[in-house]
Amino acid sequence: MFDFLEGYDLLGAFWTTVQLTVFSGIIALVWGTILAGMRVSPVPLMRGFGTAYVNVVRNIPLTVIIVFCSLGLAEIFGITLGAPNDFKLQGFRLAVLGLSAYTAAFVCEALRSGINTVPIGQAEAARAIGLNFRQVLTLVVLPQAFRSVVGPLANVLIALTKNTTVAAAIGVAEAGLLMKEIVETEAQLYATAAIIALGFVILTLPTGLFLGWIGKRVAVKR
Amino acid sequence: MKLRKAGIATVSVLALALTATACGDDKKEGGSGSEGGGKSIKIGIKFDQPGIGQKTPDGFAGFDVDVATFVAKELGYSEDQIEFVQTPSADRENALKNGDVEFIAASYSINDEREKLVDFAGPYLLAHQDLLVKADSDIAEGTDLNGKKLCSVAGSTSAQNVKKEIAPKAQLQERGTYSECLEGLAGGSIDALTTDDSILAGYAAQDQYKGKFKLAGLKLSNENYGIGVKEGNKDLKDKINKALEKMVADGAWEEAVKKNLGPAGYKNEPAPKIGVIVK
Repeated sequence: MFDFLEGYDLLGAFWTTVQLTVFSGIIALVWGTILAGMRVSPVPLMRGFGTAYVNVVRNIPLTVIIVFCSLGLAEIFGITLGAPNDFKLQGFRLAVLGLSAYTAAFVCEALRSGINTVPIGQAEAARAIGLNFRQVLTLVVLPQAFRSVVGPLANVLIALTKNTTVAAAIGVAEAGLLMKEIVETEAQLYATAAIIALGFVILTLPTGLFLGWIGKRVAVKR
Repeated sequence: MKLRKAGIATVSVLALALTATACGDDKKEGGSGSEGGGKSIKIGIKFDQPGIGQKTPDGFAGFDVDVATFVAKELGYSEDQIEFVQTPSADRENALKNGDVEFIAASYSINDEREKLVDFAGPYLLAHQDLLVKADSDIAEGTDLNGKKLCSVAGSTSAQNVKKEIAPKAQLQERGTYSECLEGLAGGSIDALTTDDSILAGYAAQDQYKGKFKLAGLKLSNENYGIGVKEGNKDLKDKINKALEKMVADGAWEEAVKKNLGPAGYKNEPAPKIGVIVK
């Protein structure tokens, strides 16, 4: 029944999906944490930037962001991320850039809700023993905040995994593009869609279960 | 307990939905195959391919549209009884199977996989994968494409051909639409846009691009455009074949090619013989 898949690199495509997810996930986590720090910082300019970034980026459709990375950044401004003559690598890097810029906004908001769960007394006590803002954030508030938002961050990661299919719009050879290719030639619409859907469930279901278990283990008991 | 109730409810709703669709199908099948009269005919075309099938402010234009209109007339429908329906590449087989459209003329290349699911009348046009290059470009016949920067639509047959056979080492930029590729071609970031020459000719013939681009004239593949009909509908297939033969015989075919694809210097193949598929 599935012999029409012959000649298609299904595993390779999903491997690209995994790579996109991992790279974008790491960058988004770092950038999102910095953004969250900005949004709770005492400097008005940084707060303003963080708020503006989150509200602009999370309200633009991801497809627009990804296509802008390719048509806008690469084509018009010539920002090719170190791969001007290799469209494959360039597309991959641009997709990682777009995905992480977009996902960071959601990481930031998840993390900020985590920061709000840390009792105000914690920050006050930290200030009272003479820690500066950076120390309060990194030593006292963020470690507790992270432990309470593992669940929401797992949601963001699962959404990111599925969002990688948007990279097909600029020709990154991931699972979404492979689906387009198979559907174009094989005339097996439903079977193809089912296989790709199953692939994503195989990727995201364990992620969700594992991170859910971690979240329960590390949660701060109050 | 609650869960079980919900489960039973879901199952019954599903069962209802299934039986309902089954009824719908039966009705449609009864209706198809009947001819002319006061009824309208639904024909699947592309809405977004200039020169082939395009939705314009005052109706539809393109070679596929002209062919479909001619065929429908031969089947006994007048022009205002034709209802054009958009059938993107991925939907074509299902649209025929479900009876959403009577037949499809939408740059529909005949291939083995598709022939298993639908029947084809025609072919009515032999197209080739080709390159669209800048008017002053020196890419011509026999050029090695490896190392060139090409652009095509993500997932399309042409893009897959480039990756698998024509030039696996070429830089292939895959984009959402041909228009995005044209931007890159006009801006100089890519060397050539590649897909069927008939489609390329349609784009190059658009007013804003006239004179800027030309077809390289490479015959990189053979695409036999056929008219798709529901599998097993031999009666309709034969009628469409007769209509196509007539269209070629009385010169309407040649006229439609010249009108829709001519302005870009497209050198069309002679009208293909019905049932002869060039591999």
